[in-house]
Amino acid sequence: MDAILLQILNGLDKGSAYALIALGLTLIFGTLGVVNFAHGALFMLGAFCAVTLSKLLQLSFVTIDATKKDFLGNPLKVETPYVEAWFGPEIGASIIDWAVPLSILLAIPVMIAVGLIMERGLIKHFYKREHADQILVTFGLAIVLQEVIKYYFGANPIQTPPPDALTGVANLGAWFGFDLPYPIWRIVYFSFAALVIFGVFAFLQFTTFGMVVRAGMADRETVGLLGINIDRRFTIMFAIAAAVAGLAGVMYAPINPPNYHMGMDFLVLSFVVVVVGGMGSLPGAVAAGFLLGILESFASTTWATTTIPGINQIIIYVVAIIVLLTRPRGLMGRKGVMED
Amino acid sequence: MSKSNFTRRGVLKTGAVAGAGVALPTIFTAQSASASGYTNEPTGSNVTLGFNVPQTGPYADEGNDELLAQQLAVEHLNGMGDGGCLNTFTSKALKGNGILGKKVDFVTGDTQTKSDAARASAKTMIEKDGAIMINGGSSSGVAVAVQGLCQEAGVIFMAGLTHSNDTTGKDRKANGFRHFFNAYMSAAALAPVLAKELGADRRAYHLTADYTWGWTQEESIVASTEAMGWETVNAVKTPLASTDFSSYIAPVLNSGADVLVLNHYGGNMVNSLTNAVQFGLLDKLVNGKDFKIVVPLYSELMAAGAGENIKGVLGSMNYNWQLDNEGSRAFVKSFGEKYGKPPSNSAQTCYAQVLLYADACERAGTFNPCGVVEALEGFEFDGLGNGSTLYRAEDHQCFKDVLVVRGAQNPTNQYDTLEIVEVTPAAQVTYPPNHPMFGGDEASLGECNKGA
Repeated sequence: MDAILLQILNGLDKGSAYALIALGLTLIFGTLGVVNFAHGALFMLGAFCAVTLSKLLQLSFVTIDATKKDFLGNPLKVETPYVEAWFGPEIGASIIDWAVPLSILLAIPVMIAVGLIMERGLIKHFYKREHADQILVTFGLAIVLQEVIKYYFGANPIQTPPPDALTGVANLGAWFGFDLPYPIWRIVYFSFAALVIFGVFAFLQFTTFGMVVRAGMADRETVGLLGINIDRRFTIMFAIAAAVAGLAGVMYAPINPPNYHMGMDFLVLSFVVVVVGGMGSLPGAVAAGFLLGILESFASTTWATTTIPGINQIIIYVVAIIVLLTRPRGLMGRKGVMED
Repeated sequence: MSKSNFTRRGVLKTGAVAGAGVALPTIFTAQSASASGYTNEPTGSNVTLGFNVPQTGPYADEGNDELLAQQLAVEHLNGMGDGGCLNTFTSKALKGNGILGKKVDFVTGDTQTKSDAARASAKTMIEKDGAIMINGGSSSGVAVAVQGLCQEAGVIFMAGLTHSNDTTGKDRKANGFRHFFNAYMSAAALAPVLAKELGADRRAYHLTADYTWGWTQEESIVASTEAMGWETVNAVKTPLASTDFSSYIAPVLNSGADVLVLNHYGGNMVNSLTNAVQFGLLDKLVNGKDFKIVVPLYSELMAAGAGENIKGVLGSMNYNWQLDNEGSRAFVKSFGEKYGKPPSNSAQTCYAQVLLYADACERAGTFNPCGVVEALEGFEFDGLGNGSTLYRAEDHQCFKDVLVVRGAQNPTNQYDTLEIVEVTPAAQVTYPPNHPMFGGDEASLGECNKGA
């Protein structure tokens, strides 16, 4: 029982990342009609916002401690972070400790800016081109972004730990009388993802801006004829989608240490999620994200891998094939999307 | 309407000319090769070495460190810098005037940690740049592939970081040499320390990277720990492309195991260890004992990537810069003063391999691969950092002390991530050349190939 719950939790956790990335992909596809293969790289950039801020907060000045020696036998250089010198050791240390949650404040403006520059600078020139061209140019962009990050941060993963208060394990089962330990930060991640997803839906559902965007997704021409500058709103939606992917990345940094190719690891799966959920369907993307996350988690259990060897590596694609055969538009796909 | 200028006769003519053009260089190289007797015999005043390391991809940092060490070795061979281990090496054949009086040049290739890319870059260095030997690399899959290529081409392959038993086991080649240790040696060195520190009554759970290195390491560790009384609860293969290991870690909690062995390297290891610590494995009490994690193959770069999580975790290494002997001190000083950081264990292996190759050429009095093979086989030396070492003739594997290390509890600086627990003597990690884990009686080096 607790083993099953544990795998469900694991699945929800991974599913949160899939859902957030797939949500952004679907938003971009639904509004601009662009298949954005650079979306994984946006997730990666988000994670590196966390790395950057934690490195910035740890910028240090050097003093020489003559009583200790470094590896060459020279006097040891002791590094003290500026933050600790300015705010006192205790407050300084706790600011550094909370670097990842603080990075959210950095990531939102940075990712919106990146999104705007990407859309205005490159992707808008490809609206009238074929999907294959869009895929090539965004995939190329993803590689460029990766290499830029590798140039500055190296190829090795970089540990970006969560705040001390949020490390460790919470026993979720304690209230119900059984043992179900789960890392606190993963619970935080899942809750955060739920909040962001809820926020995006609320924004689209309850604001005038959101209503216009939804109308534009349904019938772009008519909305344009009404004198509304739908292109500008779609550009903003692109930036919001970039920010959502970035936030997913920021909070993911403590789960697995970020490296430059982490985006690619998520990209392909997120596309499968979008297809299974139904092209253009926002609830479909979210539901499929969680569903595939949980399925993947169960397929990795010893029981599953001994029954069907290799199932952990193919489960998502098997499900995609079955869904596409039985429901060609995906779980919640609408008629007319990508069918012209 | 388009009009074509092609005629049948024209095409034939052009084809014949082009064909002759393509064949021409091979005619010349075939002649020059048969005259000289072996592939890429240096004719001028220079000799070219080929350094094949991952410069892009997930092991790029590791590869970069190897490259720095190889450049340092070339400097020392050419008589520049402080001479490094040339001063401490027990063989005194190298004089700092290049190799056999020829100035040493080098070219580099990018393995990308992919077998096909590594073979392609090695091939380019051999065929286009005239490299007389290939050195380096950071993966067993790559090492086995490049070793095969060098054997066919008739050049010497000095392997870099490769830890699979197969490299000098079932896939051993006469033209290939490995200075780095292997999975069997890790297991033989670790087992007694594990028994001493964790007790002889433990239940182990293995997570294993699903490729040649992971399999041989799991096999070695399972054999040596079971021999001292441990039980293996489960051994699960994880895809190399895995990034999140939580769904593999979760079942460990309910398996009754009290030790987790991570047969992972690089990003795999950083992530699986981070996930295991996140799930609180190290804080658990199972079967009345503290839960422990073992990472049989450590590297400094991985230790840095894993950060706080490696504290107290046991593993093994080929070399560590804190090793206190004459050769090690000379190398750390030389490397540290030039690059401002201590060398990693893959850097040390690549540095030693370049010097060993150069020294063998000097002693053999030729660059002929078969002469070099003869000079390296059964060669005993010291002063390169690992203590007394033997290049065994039967399988071209180096036998030397193995380090058992532990993640430092209180590192005093950023390089002080690992502490040496024990230096296991070479005798304890030595095995017969026909050991079943190394291809048994069927494994053979074959004949040395001088190419051409």
